[in-house]
Order: sequence, then C-alpha cells, then structure tokens
Amino acid sequence: MNLTLKIWRQKDSDTKGQMVDYKVTDISEHMSFLEMMDVLNEQLVNAGEEPVAFDHDCREGICGMCSMYINGEAHGPDRGITTCQLHMRMFKDGDTITIEPFRAAAFPVIKDLVVDRTAFERIQQAGGYISVNTSGNTQDANAIPISKHAADEAMDAATCIGCGACVATCKNSSAMLFVGAKVSQYALLPQGQVEAADRVKNMVAQMDLEGFGNCTNTGACEVECPKGISLDNIARMNRELMKANIS
Amino acid sequence: MGGFFKSSIGRKIAMALSAFFLMFFLIIHLAVNITSLFSEDVFNELSHFMGTNPLVQFALQPVLIFGVVFHFVMGFVLELKNKKANGVAYAKNNGAANSTWMSRNMIYSGLVILAFIVLHFIDFWFPEINTKYIQGDMSGMHDGNFRYFHELQHKFLNPARVAAYVVAFILLALHLLHGFTSAFQSVGATAGRKKTLQTFGKVYSIVIPLGFIIIALYHHLNH
Amino acid sequence: MALDSKVPKGPIKDKWTDYKNHIDLVNPANKRHIDVIVVGTGLAGGSAAATLAELGYNVKAFAYQDSPRRAHSIAAQGGINAAKNYQGDGDSTYRLFYDTVKGGDYRSREANVYRLAEVSANIIDQCVAQGVPFARDYGGLLDNRSFGGVLVSRTFYAKGQTGQQLLLGAYSAMNRQIARGKIEMFNRHEMLDVVKVDGKARGIITRNLITGEIERHSAHAVVIASGGYGNVYFLSTNAMGSNATAAWKIHKKGAYFANPCYTQIHPTCIPRSGDYQSKLTLMSESLRNDGRIWVPKNMDDVKAIREGRKKPTDLSEEERDYYLERRYPAFGNLVPRDVASRAAKERCDAGYGVNATGEAVYLDFASAIERYGKEQAKIQNIENASEAKIYELGQAIVEAKYGNLFQMYEKIVDENPYKTPMMIYPATHYTMGGVWVDYNLMTTVDGLYCIGEANFSDHGANRLGASALMQGLADGYFVLPYTIGDYLSQDIRTGKIPTDTKEFDEAEKEVKDRIDFFINNKGTKSVDHFHKRLGKVMWDKVGMARNEKGLKEAMAEIKAIREEFWKEVKVPGNADEMNPELEKAGRVADFLELGELFAKDALVREESCGGHFREESVELDGPQKGEAKRNDKDFAFVSAWEYKGEPADAVLHKEELEFNDIELKQRSYK
Repeated sequence: MNLTLKIWRQKDSDTKGQMVDYKVTDISEHMSFLEMMDVLNEQLVNAGEEPVAFDHDCREGICGMCSMYINGEAHGPDRGITTCQLHMRMFKDGDTITIEPFRAAAFPVIKDLVVDRTAFERIQQAGGYISVNTSGNTQDANAIPISKHAADEAMDAATCIGCGACVATCKNSSAMLFVGAKVSQYALLPQGQVEAADRVKNMVAQMDLEGFGNCTNTGACEVECPKGISLDNIARMNRELMKANIS
Repeated sequence: MGGFFKSSIGRKIAMALSAFFLMFFLIIHLAVNITSLFSEDVFNELSHFMGTNPLVQFALQPVLIFGVVFHFVMGFVLELKNKKANGVAYAKNNGAANSTWMSRNMIYSGLVILAFIVLHFIDFWFPEINTKYIQGDMSGMHDGNFRYFHELQHKFLNPARVAAYVVAFILLALHLLHGFTSAFQSVGATAGRKKTLQTFGKVYSIVIPLGFIIIALYHHLNH
Repeated sequence: MALDSKVPKGPIKDKWTDYKNHIDLVNPANKRHIDVIVVGTGLAGGSAAATLAELGYNVKAFAYQDSPRRAHSIAAQGGINAAKNYQGDGDSTYRLFYDTVKGGDYRSREANVYRLAEVSANIIDQCVAQGVPFARDYGGLLDNRSFGGVLVSRTFYAKGQTGQQLLLGAYSAMNRQIARGKIEMFNRHEMLDVVKVDGKARGIITRNLITGEIERHSAHAVVIASGGYGNVYFLSTNAMGSNATAAWKIHKKGAYFANPCYTQIHPTCIPRSGDYQSKLTLMSESLRNDGRIWVPKNMDDVKAIREGRKKPTDLSEEERDYYLERRYPAFGNLVPRDVASRAAKERCDAGYGVNATGEAVYLDFASAIERYGKEQAKIQNIENASEAKIYELGQAIVEAKYGNLFQMYEKIVDENPYKTPMMIYPATHYTMGGVWVDYNLMTTVDGLYCIGEANFSDHGANRLGASALMQGLADGYFVLPYTIGDYLSQDIRTGKIPTDTKEFDEAEKEVKDRIDFFINNKGTKSVDHFHKRLGKVMWDKVGMARNEKGLKEAMAEIKAIREEFWKEVKVPGNADEMNPELEKAGRVADFLELGELFAKDALVREESCGGHFREESVELDGPQKGEAKRNDKDFAFVSAWEYKGEPADAVLHKEELEFNDIELKQRSYK
C-alpha cells in the first residue's frame, strides 16, 4: 500500500519543531508499524536526508521504549499493544497517518519522536522499592504466604512497562496510572507494608513536582494502556494516600 | 495533613467531597420541589420550613454556598493546572477513541451549570433574601396565602426560561454521568464495586435532572 | 599468557564457601573511596550495581536505553530456575548443577556451574523480599513449573513475564541506591572503549547519546554486563539495540573472547514474513508441551499450501509428517532446543517449508484441544459430547494455558491459531559464548570483569531454559560483589583515578577518530544494508548447521563485507546530536569483526556439541545415525581467543575442562 505520513520533526529540545509530510510506497500489510518507519528511514538515508529519530528497542511490546502518538492515539488505533506491535493491516492504502511524539510538559521532546521520560525515573527513585539489602540471608521465600488473589493482583499492577502512554493520552497529562500501578504492587504485598505510607507520600510528591497534571477519571489511560493496567490502581493509590495522611 | 490538600490527589479528593455534598443537596432539593406536582400545601409548608428554619438558613445554607463556590473554584484551578501540564498540543487527537464526551468536557458542562445557578439565584434566591432579610418579611405570606407555590408557577410562565432550565439540566445530567462515579473513584471507593456504582450513578444522573425538568415543564403547562 | 581459571582447591561443594571465608575484605570506610563502573543494567548489571552500592562502593552505571528497566532481560518469558526443592520432587544443588553441565553438553566449567546452583536458592529469597510477584498457589506458597525437559519442577515464574519482574526487582534496588546517591546513573550513554592504566582497567569512554558528547569516566574496576551478541545475525530475538560493542572493545584491549560459536537457536519463533523484517519474536518454549510439529509429507501439498490452494487443516493425518515424533520417538516434540531447531531446518532445506519464504513449519494444537476437550467432557460428566462441544471445552483449556501467546501470535500473523496451526521457525536467541572470565568473573585484563550473558562461563555449549535469568542474577547479586571485593582490597590507598592522563587522551582520540570517520565518509550504502548482508552470511553458513567449506567461505565473505563497509558506509547527520544511524554504524563495525571470529571458532571446533553442529561430526551408524557427535578426547576445552588485529589472526588459547564430579555421556533423545 501507499501512504502519506505527517511526522513531527524537531532537531533538538531547543529548536521549534513542525509537521513534515512524507510518502512511502509498497508497504506490506504484514509489516509492523516500526518496520514501515524503517522503510521510510532507509529511503531518507539513501536520499541523503536525516532519518526520523524514534525510540524503540525490544520490538516485542515489553521494554516500553517505543512511544508514538499515531492518528491521535498513543500506540495507534489497536488495543493492548505498543507501537512496535501495531501492524500495517490496521491501515488502508492511500491513508494519511499522523505521527507525533508523546506530549506532556513533563516529557520534553529530545529529537523528532524521541521524548525524555526521566520524570518516571525520579518518581520511582522517590520510593518505588522495598528497602532490602542483598545478603543471601533474607528469610526463605516461602516464609510469608501471600494469597494467590493478592499475588495475582500485584502482578497485574507490576506488568506496567513504563512507556508513558497513560500520560500521553491523558487530557491532563496525568501520571497517576503509572504511579498508581507501582504503589499498588507494593501495597498489595506484605513485604511492601512497612514503608507503604512513606512510599505513597513521597512518590505522589515527586509526581506533582515533575509537573504532571491531575486525574479527572476520564479512563482514557486504561483504554490506551498496552498492558491493560486498571484504573483500580489509581483508586488504591488515593486510598493509600488518605490512609498515610490519617494514620 | 496540611500538605495533603496541596497534593494533586488531595485536591481531587476535596473535589470529590464537595461533589458528594452537592449531590446530596440535589436529592433534598428535588424531594422538596417534587411535592409541588402533587400538593400545593405540602410544597408551601416545606418551603417555608426550609426558608425560615435558622439551622437551615444559617448553618446549612452557608455550607452549601461554600460547597458550590469551592467546587467551581477548585474545578477551574485544576483545569488550569492540567492545561499547563499538557505542553505542546497534538496536531491530531482522537479523544473519542478512549473516553466519553462527558468526561472530557466537565469544565464546559460545569460552566453551563454555573450560568444556570446565576440565573437561578436571580430568579429565586435574591428575591427571597430581599423579602426575608432586607424587607424583614419572614411570614412567607402574600395576600393571606403562602407565596411559594405561586412564585414557582409564575417563574415557569416564560417558555424561554423553561427552555434554559431544560438545557441546563441536560448538561447537569451529562456532568453527573461522569461526575458521580468519578467522585467515588477519587476517594478510592470503586475497587470491587465498580459495576454497582456505575449502574447507580447512571440512574441518579438521569433521574435527578429529569425530575427537575418534569417540574419545570409541568408548571409551564399547568398554570 | 597461560589461562588460569583460578578455581579454588577442595571438594566442589566447599569451594565457594571456603573461597568466601578466605578472601580479603574492604572495610566500610574505605569502600567510600572506591569507584566501580558497571556497563549495562540488565539482570546482571542491574543487580551488580545495586549490590555494590549497598556495600558502599561508588557505582557509576551506564545504559544505552532511557532507563535501566528497558534492558533486554525484560523480555525473558518462561522463568528462573532455583534448587529450592519446594515441590519435594528430588531437586538439589547437585541435580541443578548436573542438569546444567549435561544440558551444556559438557563444555562448561564445573566449579562455576556448581556455585551457580548453590546460590540459585538465595536469588528467589532475595527477589521475594524485593516484592517480585512470583506466581503462587492457592495456599499462598510459590508455584513451580517444569521447564525445558528436565525431570523436576524447579522453575519459578511470574506469568509469561518473569524477566520483566526480575528486572524490575533489580531496578527497584538500583533506584533505592540512586536516591541515596550511591549509584550515579547514566541513561542514554554508550560505552565506546575501556581505558587501561598500567595494565589495569581504570575507566571507560562513553558517548552521550542525546548530545553526542564524548565523556571520560574513571573507576578502580570496570564491570561489563552488556549482554549477548545474537544480533550478529541481524535477525534475532534480541532487542534492536542489543550489541556486542562493549564486549568487543574490551576484547580488543586484551580480554580473551571465548567460544563465540556457541549460539542458541530457539525453535519456536514466529517466522520471517519478508525482507523488511527487523526482528524475530519468540514464542515460549512451553508451547511444545502441547503442540505437535509437522510439515506435509508430499511436495504437492507444500506447493498447494504456499499458493493458497490448500489449507493445512485440509491435510489428513496420513498426509502429515510429524518429523520430531518420527525421528525421536522417546522425546518427540520435547527434544532440546538445538535438536528441534536443526530438525526444522532439515525439513525446510529439503523444501518442505510451509510459508512463502520456505522457512516455516507447523505447530499444531488440534490434538491437544481434542484431548483436553474429551478430558473436560469426562470431568464435567457430559455424555456423547458433540465434536463442537469437545472443541469448545478443549479450546478453553488451551486458552487458559497459552492465551497470551496465542493472542500475540494473532496480532503479528493475523491468523487464528485455535483454528489453523501456528507457523514457527528457529531464530537466534542467546549466545553462550562471550568474554572469557576466571572463577572470579575477571577477564584476562586486571580489574575488568564480565558478567551475565556477556561472559562465557556457565552454560557450556547450550543453555537450559530458565537458566539465563538465574545466571545473570547470581553473578550480580551473589558472586561478583564478593570476588570484586577481593580485588579492590588492593586499591584502598590508590585514591581517585584521574581522567586527564595520556591513557584517557589516547582512548578518547581513538573513539573520536572513528566517529569522525563515519560522519565524514561519503559512502553510498546505509548501515543496515551491511548488517543485513552480514546476517545473511551468518545465518546461511554459521547458523544451525556448519561445515568446513561454508565456514571458510563465511570468513572470506565477512571480511569482504567489512572492507566494503569501511569504504561505502553512509552515516547522515552530525556527531554532536542524537544520531541513531551513527550508533548503529559503530555497533555493526564491531559485529563485522566478531562475525569473522565466530566463524573461525566454529571452524576450529571440529565436533558437534550443544548449539554448535558440525555436519562432519555426526554418528555414522547405529541407532543414533545422523545425530550430533561430540568429541571429548580432542575438544573438551574452552576456546579463548586473543585479539591480534584481523579476526583471522586471532590466537587460540585453550582452557582444558576437567570433569571430576560428573561423568561425560553422549546425549540421546531417540
């Protein structure tokens, strides 16, 4: 198929960017979206132009690196996938596809479609861990039984890949689905209880400091999340924060 | 605790708490008004009680006004902060793909409701305050009868006003369709009870505004 | 230089304990004055960085991604082995050790493997304490599964995302140390060279991938944990950015490179669909527990299927060739990875491949669905269940077991694998070879360590399923923190290593010159063009089956591609900005050298062992006729290559392998 691409080009964080039109031809419907981008870049390199910079790595939907806003949706029109798992069969011959970086004041553009998501790093550093040193003498892994229900729920929260689609999608650029998932994972496990109150306070404080917006419960993040992280995690974080401030 | 209400989550919890209060108030308001469909006397007596009882007038009324003002001011503050968090706008954004119109436009439905409240105050509240506290007439009487029911009927003579009310209540319904469950989500109460809350929220969001619309239309058509 | 593995004396089960009791320690006050560089933040690098920082060293950690959490360990699906014996099925440290050495076809170092098995149980304790949500049973205790055809259930897992959860565990431990200021994290930085001062590794040169700035970083020791080199094949299950540059740079500075030819080709990957293919996706090995692998018996059917005239479901049982069941009646579809991969290649080479590229075989769940359906009908007391009902019941079971994999397949291939058989083909997955290290995980350069997939140490010629995660975390959490302390105890008086010395000047100049060359070279072909050509040579001639003629040709062809690359490569953009093409150019340049050494190593090893199959070394008669033949008399050694300029000139050093605690046996799956 033949396509018109409208792509955000921006030299670096200090330069203003703009949308630029490109044409690609003979795209197979079996290609992944990023393979289509590879075709475009090969074409640009051969023409002596600078290829479009975009983040990608594992190309199997788990590293969380890829981050495109395609036709007005984070990771494009399909559900439960990342950009690298999006396939061209979702599009039709002759389509115009708009490709933009994930947008949020807290995610500044580095170049073209590459954004800086280190705000997520700092939120995790503020408390996204359990304080335990490596010793080989921690207690036996089966010493504290954990109900299957709690373990499964913690796992569901922990599947977050930190791609930032929730922020990109949110009309308020809120990071609460991401932070809620991390807070929930630890809040659901006995190992996480000791530091639960400090963790949620510190992570929320850092989230606010980074300039993410507020949650207005539109639920868009849950729909666009490639890993189906549930809004319940935000509710749980809210509860945890109330608990932490009351007790 | 002081820092709590400065945090993003603290603020949205405050929004939710004021919303709960306002949603409770809507039930009371509708319960009083709905009597006007069945009995002029019951409506008059309830109105007189509400309008003259010191507890209602000097404790609940200020709280209510504070609740309304807080909900609006905080709504605007959060909207502005959220806009600031956006950065550069998308060239193409398909919001309809992942969220409802109501959830994305609370500020607009809220603004219409605000405009309605202004109209509503001009219609009922200011004349009441004027009669009761400036002219000092606490009797609630006019020409030997309770005046409330007749005032109500009189207001709904004008079809333009009735139309404005109907539009405002439709927007209120839309506001509530998102706001009801949203408030519960904000205080962290939805996990495990999502379905029930959603159903209850839908019923509430439609029944309450519909009740007010029926009252307005009824009095317009039966004066 | 003679290779000294520095394996401690004494009985194998006491070696590690005795070793730990006798090493020199660094006192906590002195650790504050010692810097350690860790390159790579996957399971090995991440766990090492966190642990070293907890101990009190100043750690500088480097990742080319925008976060340590994105390292490719995250993609591991199946699980992690540990000799916990929670299931009471007879597992033990010795049994895990035995299985690993046997699985590696007796080409790994006994003492290292035993230590790995020994610390495996600690890993699970540590991860649970960190909040890793492993799967549990209804009693709240940890669940295990059997994996990769071993006889015990020792694999711990977190859905199909075990690697992700373990990496997030190590990452959380890192975050805690970053917050404490003990780890300085350098995201989007790539190491481009190591700096040696007086023969010791004392720093690295990096490029900031955002600004293009070339930076100097010094330390008292350098740890390389940069993963494997599977991307030498261009197509592999590795991440797009996975590269051998760090490992290859240290090789060029004196670290020997061991067993490059040991590569694991995983049998169950989604086949290539066209020339544009950028990477291959693995489907968990667990699928082979229930899927049956086949190709058509008749060439007419193959043609009909390729041309779309027939569907695989049109073929009757008699028209199908279940070649693994035919060739290996005892193990059937559960033969080890290398055997299954070669058998698929054999059929496809014979022309029986079932997709347009001719490189795909079927993995069929129809009989499993039927079997489970009948079972369920019995359990639920449904008499005379209709075929449709049986199918429905069976599909539900298969969906519960493999639902996410089936969904992933459907997203990629756009075919419903419940209705039509999946297509699979082998793909490069893991490299057992890597930088040579001694028992201390130190390379042949003092103060330069190598851990995880990047080193060669524990898996011999073939890695067992669920053992990669175990090795990465064992190295990082429990082995390196001890062994590096022993070395660093000499450095308590050294003081900070200055970076304004001639050694750093020279290393930086070398790096800058190479970057300038790429930017200024007015070539005509893209980096990917060369990478794809290299990959094709590697796959065709140094892939699942190798022979002397092919390997010699491969060496010559790779050398020719390399020479052309240095003339014709074209890198757009500038050096002082984010430039993905420039990054790729440097990595492919290194792959073009490594590939040739790889072929040379395969040429020298005239035996078949594990993932390395030499067509000349097969059983000539008897029941094993045509199967791989290992040659313990002549090849029970590790090939450690010393860099001498051209890869063809590399000098071979042999570390003889001694087996005192395990009897060597030929593998048989008939």
